[in-house]
Amino acid sequence: MEVITGQDVAKVYHNGGVPIEALKGVSFSIEKGAFVSFVGPSGSGKTTLLNLIGCLDKPSRGRLTVAGTDVSQLGRTDAALFRGAHIGFIFQSFNLIPILTAYENVEYPLIVVQNIPGSRRKKQVAGLLAAVGMSDQQGKRPDQLSGGQKQRVAIARALVTHPQLVLADEPTANLDHDTAMGILRLMKKIRDELETTFVFSTHDHRIIGEAEVLYRIEDGTLKTDGSNGGPGNG
Amino acid sequence: MANLVKIAARNLFRYKRRTLLTLSLIVLGVLFVTGFVAVTGSFKGMMIGQITDSFVGHMQIHRKGYLAAIDTLPLTMNLKPQAVKKVEAVLEEMPEIEAYSKRIKFGGMFSNFTETTNIRLNGVDPEEEAKTVPLLLSRVLGGDKILKKGEIFVPELLAKGMKVKVGDMVVVIATNRDGSVNGKQLRVGAILESATGPGGRDGYVHMDDAVDILRMEHPEISEIAVRVKDFTKLHEVFAVLSGSLSGEVNKEGKPVFDVHTWEKLSPFYNIARMIDMMTLFVKIMLVAIVLISIMNVMVMAVYERVREIGTIAAIGTLPRKILAMFLLEGFLMGAIGAIIGSLLSVAGITALNAAQIPFDFGRQTGLILAPTIDPAALLTVSGIVIGVAVLASLQPALKAARMDPIEALGHV
Repeated sequence: MEVITGQDVAKVYHNGGVPIEALKGVSFSIEKGAFVSFVGPSGSGKTTLLNLIGCLDKPSRGRLTVAGTDVSQLGRTDAALFRGAHIGFIFQSFNLIPILTAYENVEYPLIVVQNIPGSRRKKQVAGLLAAVGMSDQQGKRPDQLSGGQKQRVAIARALVTHPQLVLADEPTANLDHDTAMGILRLMKKIRDELETTFVFSTHDHRIIGEAEVLYRIEDGTLKTDGSNGGPGNG
Repeated sequence: MANLVKIAARNLFRYKRRTLLTLSLIVLGVLFVTGFVAVTGSFKGMMIGQITDSFVGHMQIHRKGYLAAIDTLPLTMNLKPQAVKKVEAVLEEMPEIEAYSKRIKFGGMFSNFTETTNIRLNGVDPEEEAKTVPLLLSRVLGGDKILKKGEIFVPELLAKGMKVKVGDMVVVIATNRDGSVNGKQLRVGAILESATGPGGRDGYVHMDDAVDILRMEHPEISEIAVRVKDFTKLHEVFAVLSGSLSGEVNKEGKPVFDVHTWEKLSPFYNIARMIDMMTLFVKIMLVAIVLISIMNVMVMAVYERVREIGTIAAIGTLPRKILAMFLLEGFLMGAIGAIIGSLLSVAGITALNAAQIPFDFGRQTGLILAPTIDPAALLTVSGIVIGVAVLASLQPALKAARMDPIEALGHV
């Protein structure tokens, strides 16, 4: 079953009146529970594609369906509602809220985005912190955590709303190799347990192999698609 | 909501020094305004009380046009007994009226048998007058406080100038409405302390003596001073009374009576208005302080948290919720400032009352400053602070809510 389908998806930016085609009509589909990586050099269009899939931006052309909804023309509020219900985000710089503890950072989307009552919230947050191995660090604030720990908290935050899809833009770029591999393995483990689809972008060759499905983007076009021939290919 | 408040509070104290500095500005502003309102308000209230309760009364009723000619105390413009009866009937019907006093006002000559000078006199029923202007008795410096027939209460300055004291005999001579002159010997019953304002240096004689001196067949009343039960409802009572008396017209179809509140009768009203105006300006200053300081803090808060705003927007926080979160921060800052400021104000006002600070006003000396603040005024000031705080947060909050998540996430 497909979670994401893109047909002739294009994105054109205007820089001082000059059109810049960041995506030149890409078509692809991603199955539910897939562990997918978009790889390519900086400026190739992978972040643009992730932004489109994440409903943070609208395509200039084409049709993009995420979790059964055509998200190509969602308005600002509808897009926010859609993201809150179906998509989790993991950022390169973790983007945890500095004044909140690890626990509160994970709890935050349940309070502000989904308005989940207290008792249910507690259960969900505790479960995810345990799943990412951060239960014993839950009272610490981001500045008291290591990079790997921050990203684990960010993963828990992305998953706490039970999204169908988690988007991770360069999730390991700020981590050392061992920590990066640990984070990817954690994401995969959670994918296996929850059947959440993981889509991440990277240009880090050390971790590309961990992806099960690999899309290469170059100059706004998908050059290859299909399964990864790397070591991480299951 | 409680969680949002918790987050907003934490965000506020993320930059402790800045928030505390802003809060202290707001607190100082609230302290200054409430202090000013309390001191000037109590001064104003005290002076209004002195004026209305010493001699003016809360309202006065005259024959139409009398007030314009009051400097000459024209006897020809007094109210005829029938007209007085009509007014009395209306006043008796109104439960809001506590008391009223009929006065015959006239000018005459005052002689101690060796010297003569001018005097302005009020012929009154002592009981009616005491009920209508209860502080009149407190102005009696020496002698019996009850004005009896055959006695005169002499104003302090006149008594000093004419060297008369309680118990002395004096003569009052006056011209009646027909132009004939009459005089009467009266005993000085008391010396009356002066009060600020017109009428504050008038003497008092018994109504019957005034009738005798002016050779009236029946008392012809110059003015009726009225006291209401609840001073805060003065204008409502005034409207009712004016309405009731407006039906009385003369042969030319013009109204017979004029009703005025103390504001039209005492020049202190202009000072009171000036105090109100100054209070308004002080409040505007407070608004400016709160507006500028909170707007500055909130603009900085948004600027410093752009990536964070991008993150919360990306994970699905609705724009209106982001707006609410920043408005809540402004609200909290205003509310905390208003609460601390109000508490300190109450403490300060209590301290001022305990200090018993004396002050003089006009010829009245040794008045004690007794600042009070009405809880409603405190709520108004707090409401202004909180309202302005929210208003000041609106622009930065809107900016945060309208932020493009992609641009915000890419902000360095």
